[in-house]
Amino acid sequence: MAATQTKELNKAKLLEFYRLMRLIREFERECERQYTRGNIKGFLHVYTGEEAIAVGAISALTDKDYVVTHYRDHGHALARGLDTDGVMAELFGKATGVSKGKGGSMHLFDTSKNFMGGYAIVGGQLPIAAGLALASQFNDENRVALCFMGDGALNEGEFHETMNLAAVWNLPVIFFCENNLYGMGAPSSDTLAVHRQMYKLADAYGMDNYRVDGNDVVAVHQLMMDVVDNVRAGKGPAFIEARTYRIQGHSIADPANYRPDEEVEYWRSQDPIPRFKDWMTGQGLAKEEEFSSIDSAVDQEVVNAAEFADASPFPGPEELLQGVYQ
Amino acid sequence: MPEITYREAVAQAMREALDQDPRVFLMGEDIGPYGGAFAVTKGFWEEYGKRRIKDSPLSESAIVGAGVGAAMAGLRPIVELMTINFSLLAMDQIVNHAAKMRYMSGGQLSVPLMVRTVTGAGASVAATHSQSFEGWFASVPGLHVVVPSSPEDVLGLFRSCREMEDPVMFVEHILLYSSRGDAPDSDLKIPLGQAAVKRAGTDVTIVSYSRMVQTSLAAAELLYKEGIDAEVVDLRTLRPLDSETVIGSVKKTHRAVVVEEATGFGGFAGEISSQIQEAAFDYLDNPVRRVASAETPMPYSMPLEQLAIPNANSIAAAVRDLVNE
Repeated sequence: MAATQTKELNKAKLLEFYRLMRLIREFERECERQYTRGNIKGFLHVYTGEEAIAVGAISALTDKDYVVTHYRDHGHALARGLDTDGVMAELFGKATGVSKGKGGSMHLFDTSKNFMGGYAIVGGQLPIAAGLALASQFNDENRVALCFMGDGALNEGEFHETMNLAAVWNLPVIFFCENNLYGMGAPSSDTLAVHRQMYKLADAYGMDNYRVDGNDVVAVHQLMMDVVDNVRAGKGPAFIEARTYRIQGHSIADPANYRPDEEVEYWRSQDPIPRFKDWMTGQGLAKEEEFSSIDSAVDQEVVNAAEFADASPFPGPEELLQGVYQ
Repeated sequence: MPEITYREAVAQAMREALDQDPRVFLMGEDIGPYGGAFAVTKGFWEEYGKRRIKDSPLSESAIVGAGVGAAMAGLRPIVELMTINFSLLAMDQIVNHAAKMRYMSGGQLSVPLMVRTVTGAGASVAATHSQSFEGWFASVPGLHVVVPSSPEDVLGLFRSCREMEDPVMFVEHILLYSSRGDAPDSDLKIPLGQAAVKRAGTDVTIVSYSRMVQTSLAAAELLYKEGIDAEVVDLRTLRPLDSETVIGSVKKTHRAVVVEEATGFGGFAGEISSQIQEAAFDYLDNPVRRVASAETPMPYSMPLEQLAIPNANSIAAAVRDLVNE
């Protein structure tokens, strides 16, 4: 990271990046613990290792902008400021969850934060993000829609349809591809023709496109600041590819034996949290005590969230048929 | 009372929506300068401009999904899928997203989206363009499915659909566009979930929807000449479903024939038949009959196609059979 980049970022903001990345990391650890205790059911896809993307990208938005994402959505939700208790309670299937226990891990929503959902059908969130951007354009609201997807989504038909639609209608949407090298268990080198340069797919739509180190929170943030400005200014949609790595398997049920040890080791060395911390301390921007005080606060926040979720009631039977229609 | 065509009724309903609600916009393939594949939106683009009449790429999933997103943001999109056959290309957005958004978000989000599309066979356009999938959509909790059989119902139902906060599949019939009917009052609104007795009768109840209502009415005329007085119930909406009117009619006539244009296996007529037997078994003089299209992809050749689709004669034959059992 170039030192000049930090000039635009004050210490408080950098420490907030650290806090959010640590919060996501600890939250996911707690999720894995709670899963083994049977408190979290179904699918559990953790965001461990990819924290720099959600934190760096979402921090470049304003409150009125929209965030739409995929099923690996805990990190985006926490980075957007969703209530940690409410997110954990959702995973527990409790009435106090952000989606009242009806969505679960893959379907977190909080409209008060314009967090318009985690979507569990790969690629399904893309047209919806375009629609949110379309509404902003229709109402002249100057909002931007940020749409996360994994590299697997690039192979869905909805990707092509939406990229083209967004381009021909000049929609204020940012397509953010978190390239973690695997679509479930299949390496993108086996499944995507342009796996080395995914961002170039956007050239086919005449769309501005960028590549960034997805494990560098400052780089992600600074790129996003520029891209958001352009998109908000009406210069049309943009596509970003951020290369990163899923430190854990696809889901909690996946030991990820298909990945070579050297690859995992390399990416562990690129872990965005120690990287960022080392960089900050190396630059003399913060001291160890400041990090450890954040660590304790975050750990406590997650413990509290698990306690809150555990103590919360399940939805009552009267909730079963509520909310299918207005 | 002045007459209008079914096509004019759809166009009028959409003009009302555009004129009365600034949140409404149309999105679809060739709905702009071309005027719509069935000429429903002829002149709209010139009149309302491209901000509100969005001529889209051939991307069914993207336009329905964009409609979902825009509706989540508070707009009132009306998306046209050229025919219901193409709805298969948008199934993910309709079934996985539009229908589930309110529930899965714990009630935070509404999707007041209307998807207009065109169902039906009989236009000699072969198997991929002659299907009737409205019954499939009716099996999805979270959707409304509206299937008008006349210009009056088009207008009355469309006005109610505009007030829905949840997604609506508004399913028009390809062979009804040029049919004529009374132009209703400008304030007529027909609530969803309210069937209509389109012909009163005493001997048998024929339950149907969309074009098959007209065909059933023609069958009823044939039967009347033979001394069989059939009641024809038009469901008008498949979801919500007005079971009460159907059951009430069957309790009166003691016989039921359910007519649908889709292939019958696993179809919507089976649902109606089952509901009748659950609620009115003791009133039935005969088992409920179903009349549906032949269990085959729709053939192109006209004589074969005509053979595949229920018509007044085949419906009358089924009724006759039942009554004489």
